[in-house]
Amino acid sequence: MLAETLRARRQEREILLMTHIVMGYPSFDASLRVVEAMVEAGVEIMELQIPFSEPIADGPVILHANQGSLQAGSTVERCLTFGEEVARRFDIPFLLMSYYNILFKYGVEAFAQRMAEAGLAGAIVPDLPPEEAGDYLAAMAAHDLATVFIFSPNTSDERMARIAAVAQGLVYCVARKGVTGADTAFSDELDAYLARCRTATDLPLALGFGVKDRADVDFLRGRVDLAVIGTQTIRVMEEQGVDAIKPFIEGLRS
Amino acid sequence: MPERGYYGQFGGSFIPEILVATFDELIQAFEEAKADPGFWKAYETLMGSYSCRPTPLSYAENLTEHFGGARIYIKREDLNHTGAHKANNVMGQGLLVKRMGKSRVIAETGAGQHGVATATMAAKFGFDCTIYMGEVDVQRQRPNVFWMERLGATVVPVTEGTRILKDAINEAFRDWVTNMDDTHYALGTACGPHPFPEMVTWFQSIIGQEARGQVLKETGRLPTRVYACVGGGSNAMGVFSGFLDDDVELVGVEAGGRGLDTGAHAARLASRDASLGVAQGYKTYFLQDDDGQMRETHSVAAGLDYVGVSPILSHLKESGRVRFAAATDQEVVDALSLTIRKEGLIPALESAHGFVQAFKEAPELSRDDVILINQSGRGDKDIFTVADAFDDPNWRQFIRDKAEEYDAR
Ligand SMILES: Cc1ncc(COP(=O)(O)O)c(C=O)c1O
Repeated sequence: MLAETLRARRQEREILLMTHIVMGYPSFDASLRVVEAMVEAGVEIMELQIPFSEPIADGPVILHANQGSLQAGSTVERCLTFGEEVARRFDIPFLLMSYYNILFKYGVEAFAQRMAEAGLAGAIVPDLPPEEAGDYLAAMAAHDLATVFIFSPNTSDERMARIAAVAQGLVYCVARKGVTGADTAFSDELDAYLARCRTATDLPLALGFGVKDRADVDFLRGRVDLAVIGTQTIRVMEEQGVDAIKPFIEGLRS
Repeated sequence: MPERGYYGQFGGSFIPEILVATFDELIQAFEEAKADPGFWKAYETLMGSYSCRPTPLSYAENLTEHFGGARIYIKREDLNHTGAHKANNVMGQGLLVKRMGKSRVIAETGAGQHGVATATMAAKFGFDCTIYMGEVDVQRQRPNVFWMERLGATVVPVTEGTRILKDAINEAFRDWVTNMDDTHYALGTACGPHPFPEMVTWFQSIIGQEARGQVLKETGRLPTRVYACVGGGSNAMGVFSGFLDDDVELVGVEAGGRGLDTGAHAARLASRDASLGVAQGYKTYFLQDDDGQMRETHSVAAGLDYVGVSPILSHLKESGRVRFAAATDQEVVDALSLTIRKEGLIPALESAHGFVQAFKEAPELSRDDVILINQSGRGDKDIFTVADAFDDPNWRQFIRDKAEEYDAR
């Protein structure tokens, strides 16, 4: 379902944008205005991160956003309500992103049911490899939700095939080693890796980690289906305020 | 698909995709080392020549008299080079790093004992070394920071989160996902994703192997009970490993902090405050809230001040094989004081937790019974904390004078 939606949008545009926010950072009001700005700027899909106290795959900027949101009193319930609110209001698919403990503590089946009721499209759980994902896959499948998994440059071909077998909606290709937020040198060296990703799955490919400006997005045209902008929008918001987000996103593709 | 390391429902390997290949490599190196009898021999030889293995077993005659119950024996892990059992794990992992051909090691540390041990191993084997340590722990374990730096390690104070052990682990993982090609993460306890719980336990099992033989030789019988403090669980798993198949009661002692009813503690298995969760790459009992956010923990002993616990110990608790208790900060300081005066031994604050529970139970047992306490480390590193706990006026004066001396320069 999600894959079809994205493929249809890809017919219209050469590169799609997936943006990311940490819900409740710095407040739920601000988060709502950011989503609004991003949708108006034309992003095709968004990742809504539920903050976690131990976000081991995230770099300093997103880590601080997680902590800031929790300090401001975010709860999982409030995040789910927020997700539901934006999914009803805006006509693009929304994915939840969080670490596995959030789903596990909620109850994986209950979490999936709640996501489906909220009109969310699927989830990304960066610390849940397919080997540990039995309950999650069953619950998500039962509610027609997309299970987005991750490829990395050191994922073997054989493993990519195994991941592709359980992936739904899109595959998130991590551009490089490291955590979110650090710079990525976008060069032809990525091509061999992206070719391997392409061979492993016919799902839309999203590339993330370090995508920060128009040059990066231009580089990704023709190479993947979606560019993922994560840390950079948080930086823009922190440095220039919520109002700077819309022009920033528009400038990535115009 | 590689073995994922489950102990009942606990353990597993919840890691980001970018680390999967690195873990596969580590699992393979570990499996090969286990299958190679020469590896364990080399490990024993190294620990016999560079550290103080086998560490002695001491009969605590005065404490035995004092409590008038079971005969108390103490396994002296404090006599390892660098002053704690942490050396066992670190030297073992160092040999593995050499086999894997990596040139840099990183580690987290709470009390600083694991950091000092890792920095020592790196100096000996010629590896670059970075140690992550929560800012709070840097403050309370300054002497160890000093030694790590002298040993050539870069010590990074972690200012994120609760600024203690778990936050240092997160930062070490963030380093590792960037630098895994030349870097090994020498995790310091029997926690984390597979193979760490099993691997760290394997290296630490040298404690239990030795202790079993020593107690038998010394007393002609097995101990009635074995006590060990439990932070992540490595010294406890090490000593318990020697007795799992015997009719010996095993007791793990966690940090009771200001008391289990205050919430300011780090008792995951001895309190009702922890619940099953997944964090830092593995599934176990965590001190967390209903949303799954990790809670703040407290202990006078930095090395026990941790939200999670070895998945192997969670399993042994569930199966009833190991019993768990908690010791409060105050009880720990009292037990430390008594042990120093009666035996001339200075256990680490961490280790003193095990002593507390042993002292509570020794009088209930008879002179025919033997109890074994694992003294996981020595207390010198705790001099600032202990001096504060004893409220020692001379020490305070010394620090004031020292400060004046620096100011005058
Ligand atoms: C002396 C000593 N004992 C015990 C511990 C707790 O760790 P574990 O439970 O892994 O033995 C530490 C940790 O720093 C320590 O330094």
